[in-house]
Amino acid sequence: MVYRNYFLLILKKLKAAFVDLVPIILVVVFFQSVVIQQPFPEIGEIIIGIFFVIIGLMLFIEGLEIGLFPIGETMAYALAKKGSVFWLITFSFALGFSTTIAEPALIAVAKEASEISSGAGLIENNKESMESYAMGLRLSVAFSVGLAIVIGVLRILKGWPLYYLIIGGYILVMLMTIIAPPEIIGLAYDAGGVTTSTITVPLVTALGVGLATVIKGRSPLVDGFGLIAFASLLPMIFVMAFGIFWFK
Amino acid sequence: MIDFFTDLSVIFLSTITDVLPILIIIVFFQLVVLRQPIPHLKKVILGGVYVVVGLAFFLIGLEKALFPIGKIMATQLSDPTFIGASANEITSWTSYYWIYIFAALIGFSTTIAEPSLIAIALKADEVSAGTINPVILRITVAIGVAFALALGTFRIVTGTPLYLYIMVGYIIVIIQTIFTPKKFVALAYDSGGVTTSTVTVPIVAALGLGLSSAVPGRNPAIDGFGLIAFASLFPIISVLGYAQLLELKKRLSNIKTHKNEV
Repeated sequence: MVYRNYFLLILKKLKAAFVDLVPIILVVVFFQSVVIQQPFPEIGEIIIGIFFVIIGLMLFIEGLEIGLFPIGETMAYALAKKGSVFWLITFSFALGFSTTIAEPALIAVAKEASEISSGAGLIENNKESMESYAMGLRLSVAFSVGLAIVIGVLRILKGWPLYYLIIGGYILVMLMTIIAPPEIIGLAYDAGGVTTSTITVPLVTALGVGLATVIKGRSPLVDGFGLIAFASLLPMIFVMAFGIFWFK
Repeated sequence: MIDFFTDLSVIFLSTITDVLPILIIIVFFQLVVLRQPIPHLKKVILGGVYVVVGLAFFLIGLEKALFPIGKIMATQLSDPTFIGASANEITSWTSYYWIYIFAALIGFSTTIAEPSLIAIALKADEVSAGTINPVILRITVAIGVAFALALGTFRIVTGTPLYLYIMVGYIIVIIQTIFTPKKFVALAYDSGGVTTSTVTVPIVAALGLGLSSAVPGRNPAIDGFGLIAFASLFPIISVLGYAQLLELKKRLSNIKTHKNEV
């Protein structure tokens, strides 16, 4: 009886991970059978790969939910209440940095980028230089997300208006675009959207809403949100800076 | 088979280093700064193990399934025989219309089902006391992403510079920000950040890179990226638009009740 419940629970979790992929599978199958009407190459490998993705995502999200999110949220609240600005800022940076390093989507894009750049002759075509390029990319993004969360937290503490900072950030992005090498621009813009998916968003939102609830005179709707917006802006600036140093 | 297992152990080792910073921070802040024992230690350890194993499996699946799907779809849909062009003839951007439709459908369907967007929509409904309808918010974001990916693939096919699109997009966002009630602005900005999930990002990135290597005259290093950036920018515009419509509706009904009173 106990085993049956356990089995049902696992099935339920698998279903949740599968739902993420269903829209993609449906669209691809529709295109393959109706529009392209050709045999799909390497179909066996891809089906095995999809199983890996589903099981991997299931374990990853389950692990976050039972282990990391509860403790992360409790810590965010505890530190916001503690009232030490120094530790709050240090925690914010560490949270942004560490969750970004473990972000699967960023690992994926950094890998693609290192392959493309070595193919285009921008970096040396060997495993070592590709790996250090991918790592350098991830470190610059992680550093910038950490910094972004710090700015976002300071904004909530001091009550700075969000849109001035955002517009200022946009202007900086534009200025960097002018001096950055063209090969890094697309990647840098993409890095902004990549940073904030599985791990970062829930923890950072908890931090923001927690802070806005603890501090008097802040509303969660106006002040709690907005952290993620910074976390998408700063990586663009830092990846372009990374490109300026790396490609010269 | 032996290769597979050495690959697996390499991937496991690298995922452990990926997750290590988070563990160090939890231990440090909990024990040194907050000076409290870690609550539910067993669950935290179990969760950590799940995260490492899950990430490793995901990375294997990424190489075997997600990257290939994006690349194969891009190659097949831009194949000269599929779009009905001879190999050396320069094709106009209109012959790639199936790519635009495919990109838009992928964008719409994955965004509607995106769990972190559902979470944000429910939270927004809660904190806005029902002014923001969570279903309409999700549809609005999904339309933004669909349009973004269609336009993004169009940009890759034509090879027009990315920064022009982004700049125009930013200018639109800034103008909208000025005219949108402040309480919606942060929500709109955050909606842009949550659209691209762990599953969507690799497929969309591979689609863009595959497309830029398949279309004659395009360079993947310069033209291939940018789809994810579009998918983060355009939902901001559509959500700000939705907020402006809500405001307009409110003003119109205010005028009506005012007239009735007179």
